This record gives sequence, structure tokens and C-alpha cells, in this order.
Amino acid sequence: MDNLIQKLKEQVIERLNLKDLKPSDIGDDQPLFVEGIGLDSIDALELIVLLQQEYNIKLSNAEDGPRVFHSIRTMADYITANSGLVKVSP
Amino acid sequence: MNNRKVYIRSTGNISPQHSLDEDAFFLICEKNTNNFFKSLEPDYSTFIDNKMIRRMSRILKMGVAASMICLRNAGVEDPAAILTATAYGCLEDSSAFLRRMIEFEEKMLSPTAFIQSTHNTVGAQIALLLKCHNYNNTIVHRSFSFENALTESILLLEEGIAPVLVGAVDEITDDRHAILSRFGLYRTHTGNIAGEGAAFFLLDKEPGLSYQAVLKDVQIIYNGENIQEDIAAFLKKNEIVTDQIGLILYSNSGKDKQKERDDGILKTFFRGIPNFPFKTLCGDYPTSSGFALWFAALLLKEQKLPSWMERLSFPLKNIFIHQQDGLHHSFLLISSS
Amino acid sequence: MNGDSFIAGMGIVSAIGKDLPANFKSLCEEKAGIGVMKWLSSSHQDELPVGEVKYSNTELAAFTGLSSSLPRTALLSCLAAREALQDAGWEKHNSLRTGFISANTVGGMDKTEKFFKSFSKNMAAGKLADVVHHECGAVTELVADFLGIQHFVSTVSTACSSSANAIFTGARMIRAGLLDYALVGGADALTRFTLNGFNTLMILDKELCKPFDENRHGLNLGEGAAYLLLASEKALKQLGKNPYARITGYANANDAFHQTASSPGGTGSFLAMKGALEKAGLKPTDINYINLHGTGTQNNDIAESTAIRLLFDPVFPKMSSTKAYTGHTLGASGAVEAVYSVLAIQHGVIFPNLRLKTPMKEFPFQPVTGLLKNQPIQHVLSNSFGFGGNCSSLIFSAA
Repeated sequence: MDNLIQKLKEQVIERLNLKDLKPSDIGDDQPLFVEGIGLDSIDALELIVLLQQEYNIKLSNAEDGPRVFHSIRTMADYITANSGLVKVSP
Repeated sequence: MNNRKVYIRSTGNISPQHSLDEDAFFLICEKNTNNFFKSLEPDYSTFIDNKMIRRMSRILKMGVAASMICLRNAGVEDPAAILTATAYGCLEDSSAFLRRMIEFEEKMLSPTAFIQSTHNTVGAQIALLLKCHNYNNTIVHRSFSFENALTESILLLEEGIAPVLVGAVDEITDDRHAILSRFGLYRTHTGNIAGEGAAFFLLDKEPGLSYQAVLKDVQIIYNGENIQEDIAAFLKKNEIVTDQIGLILYSNSGKDKQKERDDGILKTFFRGIPNFPFKTLCGDYPTSSGFALWFAALLLKEQKLPSWMERLSFPLKNIFIHQQDGLHHSFLLISSS
Repeated sequence: MNGDSFIAGMGIVSAIGKDLPANFKSLCEEKAGIGVMKWLSSSHQDELPVGEVKYSNTELAAFTGLSSSLPRTALLSCLAAREALQDAGWEKHNSLRTGFISANTVGGMDKTEKFFKSFSKNMAAGKLADVVHHECGAVTELVADFLGIQHFVSTVSTACSSSANAIFTGARMIRAGLLDYALVGGADALTRFTLNGFNTLMILDKELCKPFDENRHGLNLGEGAAYLLLASEKALKQLGKNPYARITGYANANDAFHQTASSPGGTGSFLAMKGALEKAGLKPTDINYINLHGTGTQNNDIAESTAIRLLFDPVFPKMSSTKAYTGHTLGASGAVEAVYSVLAIQHGVIFPNLRLKTPMKEFPFQPVTGLLKNQPIQHVLSNSFGFGGNCSSLIFSAA
């Protein structure tokens, strides 16, 4: 899970071009949208594509977005739950 | 259009020349590197929040920054109208989305490139940054884009919608250059080289505390048969004779016939009047008259000669700009007052 | 200079008809033109319903005598623009000044897509003929040349409000005495580029769209072209005919909220509608019908409804979205819906908002669901709200 969380942070930074941020600047549970990092609805759509391209997971209902993308950890949980990865104990 | 005095209160220009540093501009004339002119770009973070920059393509940054510089120079935060002219639109994003669409066979495409590919993105982004709810339009008609935007600006001013922020922006990309080169558009032996730029102007009916120049008139000619006659009619309409023109800024671009036409008119109709091929500064692109207008306004304001220019007499009162690509001819008349 | 713009001629091609009579017939018979993709080839063919014009490029070309290798947007544009001129009885060699102000967002993108298939692998590959009309302005000029208009040409591109802006640019130029005739409107063909682009935004309905319905799921894309020939008073005399209507109000405002989404309060929409009323010198209660922008997306329909409530409360005019018939025709939508607005005035008819089952709960008004005849229609408000916050509203009034 830690590996996944770290990897996700790097991918989010790269895909959303968050040049000023390093992975260590993003808290595992820090809200990504509105407050926190301050992402918006276009970023949410980009993250949906990220899930598809990198993890082969299709989020077909945009309304699930706020829940899934709330934080890096919720994203990691969703990926783990939907891709059959074995959960590594923290 | 000849009784309508339109003041150019301020400008902002990002171009292949030192248009952000007037002193440097008057000293140094940059030549193109590689096969085309590329803009000298500032540190955009001084104009745009980092959170927004991250998503912006080059043309967006250029257009937004040039508009911010223009507004800053005039001390205006809320223009009554924002007009943007672009012939090619957002090429980089369009190409990026197209390529991905083809490569991934219409699957797993990301939205950012698409959203930013629409032609009105620059104008929209400016409005967004300023939180400006006022009139906003984007004109996308080839070499008339900027001229038509100016015409619309003048009409808005007459209706009392003032001041108007109007700008021209087009970018060079590898794709554009490759394709247009294949069309034979860029010939290095005639000095016709591709370029780009973003030039913005704040126009007003009132001079304000200061202004750079006065835009006297603008006209487009599509498919004209006798350009010299058209120019004569334009000058007559504006009650100006050729002797009163201090400088002609002309295109000298495109195919050989167009170049011949330029030379012909300069040697006969405008005989003896100093002239300068402005595209040798900014390169060839449809909205390059934006650069020409910026250049003209600067010379009229400063009343001095760049070190790399020859032959100009002062005081400089009137400048005539002739932008053309063979099919599209446009005339702009700018004065010092 | 009191230069009112009279609408002297109209032309249109859309998913519901090849010309003005065909469109009017479909509107009255409540026959929508949205369905399975047939002419555009895309991997989303079976997934996304669209409002296609029911003719191939070859057939469209045959109607006008043009080459079928031209961009589809140009073929649609020529057809509708020519109809508008013929409808008005405009003659090419008249002594007055005619301008052509057209809108589009895709330009020749359908051909560019073809070009890029080869070009993206090898920059020396791809047929140049496929990109020679790529630019929005190039498509406009194809049409201007076809019609023989050269005094003034321009192209507007502000996403979904494009042709509304083109229309009032023409009206503005007539008012200022710069033109006597202005052929104004827009065209957009369906392309893979736009289809996929909108799909990435997850705002396309996989079923037939339901604008202003509580359970709406998004929009269906469409294609088409529509034009109005605007005439000054002097030009109208030259034509010697009665106009359909006048353009009395227009306004352009920017939402300045987000690149694609509308502000929940519908700021841009509100300002555009309010501005149009002020320009026309009308009160909200003077409006007899609103042709809604009504795309069917969650976002637009709420924003537009909020703005309507703010402006019109407590008396709401009849309203409907005709996108339920044609789909969202993007750059053409302002003009397509302008034509429908004028038809409403001309025939005293209000077209229904098809497939509306459950009105939006939070608003005290709803669109009409059946065709209404014998309506006294003096003034129609037509809305066009686009990406980039570009919001425009037009008011058409009985002549």
C-alpha cells in the first residue's frame, strides 16, 4: 500500500503538472479537491483517465469521483479494491 | 470610419523581439534561429498564478501574459470588452488531442488538451483571471482576424463600451511549420520565415492620462483586383495624402507575386516614403499585423529611431500598415494624435 | 443611426431536415433527428446517439454542385447559406454592401483527422488537400466564394455561442452603417475530434437527451448549419419583401467561472439575458417564448434555470429546448435556434421540449411538452451558452 501511495503521488504530480509539489508535500489523507491541493473538475477527469491508463480501472460514473478521489489514500483503497491486488499490511 | 478617434492607451506584446523591454528593443534586432521566429518569453509566474499556469499551453500563457501586461500598463483591471483574434487557434493542444485520439483509437483520452484546443480559450482565460463578466468575443478569420477584431472594437467604443482590450495571438508549432512548409509558404531565399506572437492593446474613446497613439482607421480587402486603387481610396477617405505618411510597414511575405505587388506599390505609389518590412521582425503569421500595430504605436510614442533601422524623419506623425498574403489585404492607419 | 436589422431570409440544414420547410415540418410533427451514428465513423458508433444530417458528403455536394472532398462543415454551410439568400431574393450583383459573418468551431477538422492519421507517423505523409481548408476562416471563405460575397468576410468562434455572436456582429455592422446586408449564422459538422473531446468531459448522454428533465444525463451532439440574411431598411426596400422579424436585442457576457462548467448561479446566463432585454428596451414580461440553450447536462440546465428564475420570477414565459430535436450543434446552435425562434414568431407556434418526463424539482417552471399553436408571439429570447463562459442571448421581435 505504501508503495502504491508513493507511486500515486508521483503520478498525480506528473499528470496534473503540479510542478511546485514533491510527493512529500502531499499528505496521504490530505483533501485533493477544493481545499488542500485545490484541484478542480478538469483534474478529476484527468484522474479518471489516469486510473484507466495506469491501473486498467474504468470509473464509468463521474458521480463516484468525489468519493474515490477525495485523497491519495482513498484512491489507493479504490485501486486495491478494484484490481485484485493483495493488500500489503501497513 | 474616418471620424472615429480611437486611442491606443497601452500595449503588451510577447514576440520574437525584445518587446517586453523597450530599451533593448531599440538597440537589438533579433534574427530568427532555426527555421522560424520563436517568441522571447518572460517568466509567466509574474503574471499568472502557478495553479493556473500548470495547465496552460504556450499560446495560452503568451496571450494571457500579453493581455496582463497591457492592462497593467494602463492601470485597468476591468475592461468593458475583451476581443481576441487568432487564425490558427490553439495548435499545440489540437495536435496533441488529435495524435492521442489516433494513437489510442479513441480510448482513454484526457480532457485538458481538448478543452484548451477551442479557439476562444485565450479570451476565456483572460476573463477568468480577471473575473471579468463583460463582452467577450473571438475572431478567427485568417489574416483578417485581428483587423476584424479592431473593427468590432471600434464599433463597441462607439456604443459606449469602453475601454476595449483587443489582441492577436498565433503560435508556431513543429506541426504547423512542417505542414505550411510543404505548401511552399516559407521560402528562406525571399526572407519569408514563419513567426508567432501575442500582442494586446487597450483601446479607448478618451485619451486617459496618457496614450501611445491613435488608431485612425482599419479596412480589409478580400480578393481585391487593384490594391493600389484601394489604398488610394482608403487614404482619401481618411483625408491624408501620401506625403503625410512618415513610414510604411509592409508585409514582404508569401509567394513571389505578392512580393512583386509590395515592391510595385512602394516604388510608385509610395515613392520616397520610408518603408520597413515588419515581418522581418516577427515572422510570417496571419495575425502579425498585431506586431505591426504594436511597433507603429511604439515609434509614434517614442519618436525615435531604433538603431537597426534606417532613414526615418521626425516628428513621425502617421504610419500606414499594409498587411497582406496575396488574397487578404488590410490597411491600418495610425497617428501620433 | 437607427439601423434596425430585419431578417429577410433564412436557410437551415440539420438532423431534422435539409431545408427550412423540412425543419419546420419535423418541429411541428415532433420528430427528433437523434439516433445511431450512421455517417460518422467512430469507435463510439454504437454507444453515443447523435443528431446527424441525414446525407453523406457526396449527397450534400450534389445539392450544391461542390466537390465532395470539401470539409463537411463547408458543405453544410453552403447549403444553408444559399437557401437564406434565395429565400430573401438577394441578387449577387446588387449595388449594396453584403458581408458574410459565419461561425464554426471545427473548421475542416474532419479532413484534418484523415491527414493526421498518416502525418502523425511521418511528417512527409498525408495529402495536403486534406488540410488546405483546416482553418475556421478557410471554411467561411469557401462559402463566401461559392456565394459571390467579398465585400466583408469574418469568422467567429466562441464555442457554443459562436453563431449567436456572428448574428449580432452582423446586426451591429448594419446598425453602424458599415453593411447593408449581413449573411450571418454558422455551421459545424460532427467530427471524431469533438465527439471524443466531449466524451472526455463525461457529459454525453448514452440515451436520447432529456433537456431540463430532473433525470437528465447529458447532451447528444449534433451537426448542422443555419443562416439569416439581415437587411437594413434600405436593403429591405431593394428586396421588396416583408421581413420575417427583427433583431431587437442582443448581449454577450462572460461567466468567468470555469473553463467548461457554468457557475451554479448562472451569472453569465443571467447577464446575457438581462443585457439582451435592456438592449431591446423590453421587460421580462414582454418575452413570449424562450428558446433555451438547454443541452441536457446537469450543469447547464441548472445554471440556466437559476438565471431564468432570477430574471423572470414570478412570471415565466413559455420555454423549450429544441436540442431535443437536433442535438447540440455547437458552432451552429445559435443560428439553428435563431431560425427556430423566428419560425415561432412567423407561425405563432411554440415547439415542445421533447422527452421531458419529470421537470426539475427545484424550479417553479417547466418547458412546454406539446406543440402549441395559435400563440401570440411578439418577442422571443434565444440563449446560447458555451465553453469558456461565453454566454450570448438574442431577442427576435415581430416585424
